[in-house]
Amino acid sequence: MAGDELTTLVRAARSIRPGVASPRTLALLALLVALALVPLLGTYPSWVMSQVLLLGLFAAGFNLLFGYTGLLSFGHAGLFAVGAYTAALLLLAYPSLPLAVVAGTVAAGVASVVIGYLSIRHTKIYFAMLTLAFGMMVYAIVFKWRSVTGGDDGVVGVPRGILGVPGAGIEFGGLGGFYYVVLVVTVVALYVLWRIVRSPLGLTLRGLRDSEIRVAFAGLPVRRYRLVSFTISGLYAGLAGSLTAPLVSSATPPMAHWISSAEPVLATLLGGVHAFSGPLVGAFLLIVLKEVIVRFTEYWLLVLGSVVVLLVLTFRGGVVSVLAPAVQRLWSQRRQDG
Amino acid sequence: MDAATLLYQGLVGLNVAMSLWLVAAGLTFAFGVLGILNFAHGSLYMLGAYLGFTFYGSLDLDFWLALPLAAVTVGLLGVLLERFFFRPIYHLDEAYHLILTFGFVLILADAVRIGWGGVFLIPPLPSGLAGTVRILGRGFSVYNLFVIAAGLAVAVALWLLLDRTWWGRKVRATASDREMASTLGIDTHRLFSVVFGLAAAIAGLGGALSIPVQVVTPGVGTAIIIEAFIITVIGGLGNLSGAFVGALIVGLATAYGILFFPAIELFLVYLIMALVLLFRPQGLFSGR
Repeated sequence: MAGDELTTLVRAARSIRPGVASPRTLALLALLVALALVPLLGTYPSWVMSQVLLLGLFAAGFNLLFGYTGLLSFGHAGLFAVGAYTAALLLLAYPSLPLAVVAGTVAAGVASVVIGYLSIRHTKIYFAMLTLAFGMMVYAIVFKWRSVTGGDDGVVGVPRGILGVPGAGIEFGGLGGFYYVVLVVTVVALYVLWRIVRSPLGLTLRGLRDSEIRVAFAGLPVRRYRLVSFTISGLYAGLAGSLTAPLVSSATPPMAHWISSAEPVLATLLGGVHAFSGPLVGAFLLIVLKEVIVRFTEYWLLVLGSVVVLLVLTFRGGVVSVLAPAVQRLWSQRRQDG
Repeated sequence: MDAATLLYQGLVGLNVAMSLWLVAAGLTFAFGVLGILNFAHGSLYMLGAYLGFTFYGSLDLDFWLALPLAAVTVGLLGVLLERFFFRPIYHLDEAYHLILTFGFVLILADAVRIGWGGVFLIPPLPSGLAGTVRILGRGFSVYNLFVIAAGLAVAVALWLLLDRTWWGRKVRATASDREMASTLGIDTHRLFSVVFGLAAAIAGLGGALSIPVQVVTPGVGTAIIIEAFIITVIGGLGNLSGAFVGALIVGLATAYGILFFPAIELFLVYLIMALVLLFRPQGLFSGR
């Protein structure tokens, strides 16, 4: 009773004085500071966290299509690979990182428009199969077009390039510098995605997921919205791909294979489909769990597969859906006590 | 290229087609009745191959005993999978069907690594099926002819079972309207278990059949499931006779594709899949 009034009061006070940071904002700031300090711990943590951030970026974009729009794609690895190969080939020709990342993202965006335009004619299982077919076409191309893509060897020896253009830019010494590029790009891209999700566009996409017919009756072009969602998620896949190639210094056919398309699916499911932070938490858990488990057993897939089966059968909301209410309760408890 | 080469390549294609059919048959059958598109179906094929290897290659059982033994074991595993893992999720969105069965792809890939490890030699061909016959002036392996015959036999048996028996009628009734079938007194739970067990057993049989001619690896499951998906899509999801023709198309396209355009053969198969999904999503052979 008193707690509710207090909450209302606090809310009112905050709306008058926007300078007062909410606990959520503070937590977010603390997380950012912690992420910025990772390179101080050494090369290995930077390496792991770079992977986490890029998978998180990939999965968060993917979840705009899956969790928010209700379409499960099994071809996003193909879009990821378009970004990775474009960036890798450009970096080998001209070592400017910004140029490679922008070109990789744009290339993936173009591919997304084409593949998306054709795929969004269907939903559900047909959509999943169609995107799988297109993703595997990308795989077939990079696998067979040896003269350009290096065939099954892939594009190897990709440099991390220079931040800026050669002659007037910063060169990367170790992994630390590159980690900061990944961190800044990821944070900015996620902020943009968060704004998209909160915008009328995001609301419309959620409407599409819940009832396509209602959205159509509201006079909105259903297919165009689906295509927009597909293209945005494809741009994120391409962005993650174009930063992954210089991180692992190669672009290889398995990146495009449908098995890799399952990675953002699993990260999203693990963290939670219906929360913005779900894919990010999932990416962290997926990568860190893997790093830990492979120390004890070589049968990492067995563990992962069991976790997936267990999640589908029990916690379909993912880790976030279990933890978020608990955190919320903790906060309101503290407010009441205070 | 002379006519004999073309015809011979057709026979090769038929052999590929029948191996693929044995995977696609169960995949399509299970989807048609249960409504579950099973990513792990290729992994059941792989498990059948490993079991076939153990029964025939290691334990040295008779080939004619090892085959049904592998099929039945995989079938029983299928019944367990259906009972304990699929049944709770039928009501969920199809996305979760795909994700759950993908979980089993991962589990089974590591399970066979634990159970069998390393790389194997191919066991010798069963006596009576060794050697070659001369067809069109070339040698063709007797065993491959046997695989073709086995594929055809499974097709005929499935057709008889579904079209000519009382049980088949119940299956078709359940596939078209589950609730109504249940109201009419059909135990749909049990029927689902048996259907999935049968589908799994066919995949297991296909895997076991591949043992004397193909090295099995933990990657076989994920490779063959994609081809089975393509076939299932071409035939129309859930359409068994369509899947049979789909298998013929993919088998022949592979055989002739390698002959005529080796560079784009891989691309071509996915292109066919996408085109069918775009223009005939109900499959090439559906009246709808």
